Amino acid sequence: MPKTVKRSPRPATRPVQLRWLAHARSGDKGNTANVGLIALEPAYYELLEREVTAPRVARHFRGMVSSVERFELPNLRALNFLLHDALDGGGTISLKTDAQGKVYSTALLRMEIPVPVALARRIVRG
Amino acid sequence: MSRTDGRTVRVAAGQGFWGDWLEAPVRQVRGGPIDYLMMDYLAEVTMSIMQKQKSRDPNAGYARDFVPLMERILPDLVARGVRVTSNAGGVNPRGCAEAVLAVAERLGLPRRVKVGLVSGDDILERLDDLIARGHTLADMETGRPLSDIRDKVLSANAYLGMAPIVEALRGGADVVVTGRVTDTGLTLGPIFHEFGWSPDDWDKVAAGTVAGHIIECGAQASGGNLLKGWRGVKGLADPGFPIVEASRDGSFVVTKHAGTGGVVSVASVTEQLVYEMGDPRSYITPDGVADFTTIQLRQAGRDRVRVSGIHGGPRTPLLKVSIAYFWGYKAVGTLVYAWPEAYDKARAADRVLRQRLVDLGLAYDQILTEFVGADATHGRLSGAPSPDLPEVQLRVGVRARERGPVERFTREIAPLVLTGPPSVTGFAGGRPAVEEVVAYWPALIDRREIEPHVRVDILEA
Repeated sequence: MPKTVKRSPRPATRPVQLRWLAHARSGDKGNTANVGLIALEPAYYELLEREVTAPRVARHFRGMVSSVERFELPNLRALNFLLHDALDGGGTISLKTDAQGKVYSTALLRMEIPVPVALARRIVRG
Repeated sequence: MSRTDGRTVRVAAGQGFWGDWLEAPVRQVRGGPIDYLMMDYLAEVTMSIMQKQKSRDPNAGYARDFVPLMERILPDLVARGVRVTSNAGGVNPRGCAEAVLAVAERLGLPRRVKVGLVSGDDILERLDDLIARGHTLADMETGRPLSDIRDKVLSANAYLGMAPIVEALRGGADVVVTGRVTDTGLTLGPIFHEFGWSPDDWDKVAAGTVAGHIIECGAQASGGNLLKGWRGVKGLADPGFPIVEASRDGSFVVTKHAGTGGVVSVASVTEQLVYEMGDPRSYITPDGVADFTTIQLRQAGRDRVRVSGIHGGPRTPLLKVSIAYFWGYKAVGTLVYAWPEAYDKARAADRVLRQRLVDLGLAYDQILTEFVGADATHGRLSGAPSPDLPEVQLRVGVRARERGPVERFTREIAPLVLTGPPSVTGFAGGRPAVEEVVAYWPALIDRREIEPHVRVDILEA
């Protein structure tokens, strides 16, 4: 009898903005902005950890930051991102409206990640 | 000795920064039982602002709001036995401490109020000696040695930890006034003083550091600026500022006074925990290193979050130094363009303005244009603006080492109203101001160069 290899197909996904999966707060250290990304439900953390990688966040912010570092805080279901050279010099030198990086938080929430369709249907409003 | 019930020490946040809500400390003292009122006034840029003020008036250079505040609440503090820790002293802690004593005398409380004055963080006068002895005080971000900008330095302060605060409290101070003590040290000091913990109990240091970090930005831990479910946060007209109830085992509860607005939840505390975070495994302060990946949070009742499990490591041999130096000048000009095609009109105006600056032969270190209403906060992530935007604010900023080009820029905004694209308004504020830019230079130094110079004085009127 031929052996059937059971493939577990990747479940169908669709792109979903992080605003439906996470909340966030950001701040500054010199010319670096930090964004703490926190799962809205504990169950979403694993998805965030897998999909919201440092290279993808760097691509999201390309032209706005020089490089991105990521740190994990599974205890708080949170990821911390450092966005380097994000603040036009930072502190008192910066000419930006957001010189202290206060709303880089919601700029990250614009990013889209692939989310299983069933979950996406449940969480995305409007 | 302890006026607590022997089990918890209650430290209440009264200010999250210089300019925070003036009613908050009053309500913390009168709104329910607390043991300490902790008031953090110093952000990275604050020392440079205070230095600017001190260079104009040698009696200034501290958080002036602190003195009228003490005038309002000193009688309550005395009556309730609440003690105060604050870095309101800025770059002139002695001036601040003496102003508080003068208030105590005016209120007829001279013998009832002792002010602890912490000094020694100011190393401006010692810089040349330190550099000569091989301390480069290199910029932590760029690696450049301080000697590159030595002649432009306006202030230099080492970050002190909790030790001088513990000493001042042990000496009987009712109000402790410091210069550049860390935000977290203002909370650690009272807790270590009350429990008599050893300063090398690193897990306890880490726990107190996390407690300090949670309340150092005031209501930002108790519903203010909370993104998760923001529509559901009630009562922000009268927000309860956060209070830490610390236990002897190192765990603590974050809460707020009953009947106040805002919320203390796992979400509100988590958002504050990640604020201004670097590597979460090593949150470095002068007192130790806290590991934020060990923090456990649990909702333990309405507006009560229990925080436990925190681990930490030993303090490092280095202290951070905050240096402010004169950089140059900047100015920001704005105009508002109205529908239809508001964004295109604002963009056209920006092109006209820039061409005029070029034609005048003016050179800048940076010219930054933002279109408020279209892209100012999220840049290109905002996408293409709708042609139907009701209005767009053109916001142009310039900076330069010399005053001249910045001064001339401020005279090039108003002319656009009659010589540029149409449908423009919003120039009621007049010509923009030229601002001096005092920049920030973070460095590190061997703590043995600082600690022997730290002084604690207990002042009485």
